[in-house]
Amino acid sequence: MEKVLMKGNEIIGEAAIRSGCKLFFGYPITPSTEVVEYLSKHLPPKGGTVLQAEDEIGAINMCYGAACTGSRVLTASSSPGVSLKQEGISYSAAVELPMVIVNVNRCGPGLGGLGPAQSDYFQSVKGGGHGDYRLIVLAPSTAQELYDFTMQGFDLADQYRNPVLILTDGFLGQTMEPVVLKERPEPPKVDRSWVVDGAKGREKRILASYSLTNEIGEDNNLRWEKKYKNIQEKEQQWEEFHTEDAEYLLVSYGTTGRICKSTVLNARKKGIKLGLIRPITLWPYPEKAFIPYKDKVKGIVTVELNTGQMIEDVKLAVECKMPVHLYRRQGGMLPNEHEILDYVEDIFSLTAVEEV
Amino acid sequence: MEKIFARSKGLTDVAFSFCPGCTHGTIMRLIAEVLEELEIIEDTIGISPVGCAGFCQNFFSCDFIGAPHGRAQAVGIGVKRALPDRTVFTYQGDGDIAAIGTQHAIHAAARGEKITSIMVNNAIYGMTGGQMAPTTIEGMKTSTSPYGRDNILDGAPMDFPKVIANLEGAVYVASVSVDSPKNIKKAKEAIKKAFKVQQAGLGFALVSVLSTCPTNWGMTPVDSLNWLRENMMPIYEMGELKVTEEVEAL
Ligand SMILES: Cc1ncc(C[n+]2csc(CCOP(=O)(O)OP(=O)(O)O)c2C)c(N)n1
Ligand code: SF4
Repeated sequence: MEKVLMKGNEIIGEAAIRSGCKLFFGYPITPSTEVVEYLSKHLPPKGGTVLQAEDEIGAINMCYGAACTGSRVLTASSSPGVSLKQEGISYSAAVELPMVIVNVNRCGPGLGGLGPAQSDYFQSVKGGGHGDYRLIVLAPSTAQELYDFTMQGFDLADQYRNPVLILTDGFLGQTMEPVVLKERPEPPKVDRSWVVDGAKGREKRILASYSLTNEIGEDNNLRWEKKYKNIQEKEQQWEEFHTEDAEYLLVSYGTTGRICKSTVLNARKKGIKLGLIRPITLWPYPEKAFIPYKDKVKGIVTVELNTGQMIEDVKLAVECKMPVHLYRRQGGMLPNEHEILDYVEDIFSLTAVEEV
Repeated sequence: MEKIFARSKGLTDVAFSFCPGCTHGTIMRLIAEVLEELEIIEDTIGISPVGCAGFCQNFFSCDFIGAPHGRAQAVGIGVKRALPDRTVFTYQGDGDIAAIGTQHAIHAAARGEKITSIMVNNAIYGMTGGQMAPTTIEGMKTSTSPYGRDNILDGAPMDFPKVIANLEGAVYVASVSVDSPKNIKKAKEAIKKAFKVQQAGLGFALVSVLSTCPTNWGMTPVDSLNWLRENMMPIYEMGELKVTEEVEAL
């Protein structure tokens, strides 16, 4: 298999092409712009379409239209742009459209800065737009995962007829790393009987989300809820790192999840039994990962690039059975592995443990 | 007995749900007839907006997608780029296309997107109960201009087709009315041309149709038609506003 050195954002583009994505609609915004730039160069020669829309609202609604035809479609943006897309994302969830949306999270609020952040966690996993819907949210932490999860994202979107969000950040997006360009997995067999492509030899179809009858409205909500429960049951993904004998756990995803691995290794050298749970799906949140540790672990630290957002889901997952603390940096700053360990030692009074 | 008038095949048998005297139904019938005459019902995907106009998704017999308010053209462009050989049209109220969705209309025209847009101008927001639209005329009372539209405060009504006609990629732009049999005939011709433009792949086509809203204007159906003739037709430039040479040659 081909191994190449590429920038994170370009990898997303390449993975989309190799996933059979034929359409991209987007609007430039740092630090996600390389996605549209890469696809502008490489998708049209392969017979695909790239359209630089008038704005993110236009882009997401173009995705909505294209997805209605059953075509694989992608859009990518960064935080302020993703805010603009929220109405269209809500409509896409309501009409149950498969599509992949990339958010290369930059710090905020407001225009904010370009540095890596996880400040859009709530927006991503709690339904950033109006109404009660869920996106499947994947959080890569390496170049290889940017590639793999983009591919997986298209398949999950098709399989569940639901938009999928890839939540990454400027650090991953801008870093050059080697990546193995794996073959596309066998695509899932999916029902296409809902697609709108012209009523030739069949009844007309309508894809819309309007319903003025409360009874129908409730039926729709119940149907979506059932789908979301099924996804929660089947699709939780996470990685565990030195968890088996852990007395303390770090919980962190994406870029910080990766940094936390070094913290765990350093802690182990000092004799501190630290482990890491790295959520891969942020929705569905990998609650199952915590079950074996609920009654075993003495304390948890979530490491985040925000004021503490995921920590709420961690507390729910462990039913507040142990102290859950937050170590966070913000505004585009990344923690290093040492400061995280200092915090763990401090908060759990572990400084007395002898070096080994 | 020979049947000389039948419901167009472009319409389903769902009964129109518009208020008495509302001309939305007339406009939809014309579009349906055009789809039937051009034999493109099965190749067409319509995009419905939010507003009274949005009910059209139930009445046409072609496939339909319901767009968010103002986004019909963006949605239609997504469809057309995915399926370039299909016919795509949007059916939008004046509020939908000329207020909240302005940017998509302008850029659909600027890029010469190969879709057809029908704008229904009733000078008011129908569905939400009669608020001021960008097309509300001077002095006209609505629930958000209870003392009448004040051109100093609210600006003069926007002649949106003229804005669109300025853009290179808009190759056919017409403004028509369905207030009389003669004008209904003209309206149908314009709508037909706007679909033929798309079939020939020439660029973006817009037909604006002046329409009544007896309910929110607070008038009888007959008075509404007269009011439209006397108050709207003089301020909106009527007829074919732009016909490029290629369109002329169709
Ligand atoms: C984002 C958003 N803003 C506002 C509305 C409320 N709304 C629904 S229809 C409408 C205006 C409809 O007027 P028009 O487009 O002229 O169509 P008509 O009802 O007259 O056919 C408004 C403001 C909405 N649905 N979505
Ligand atoms: S409210 Fe106005 S636009 Fe809507 S159906 Fe009634 S008359 Fe027609």
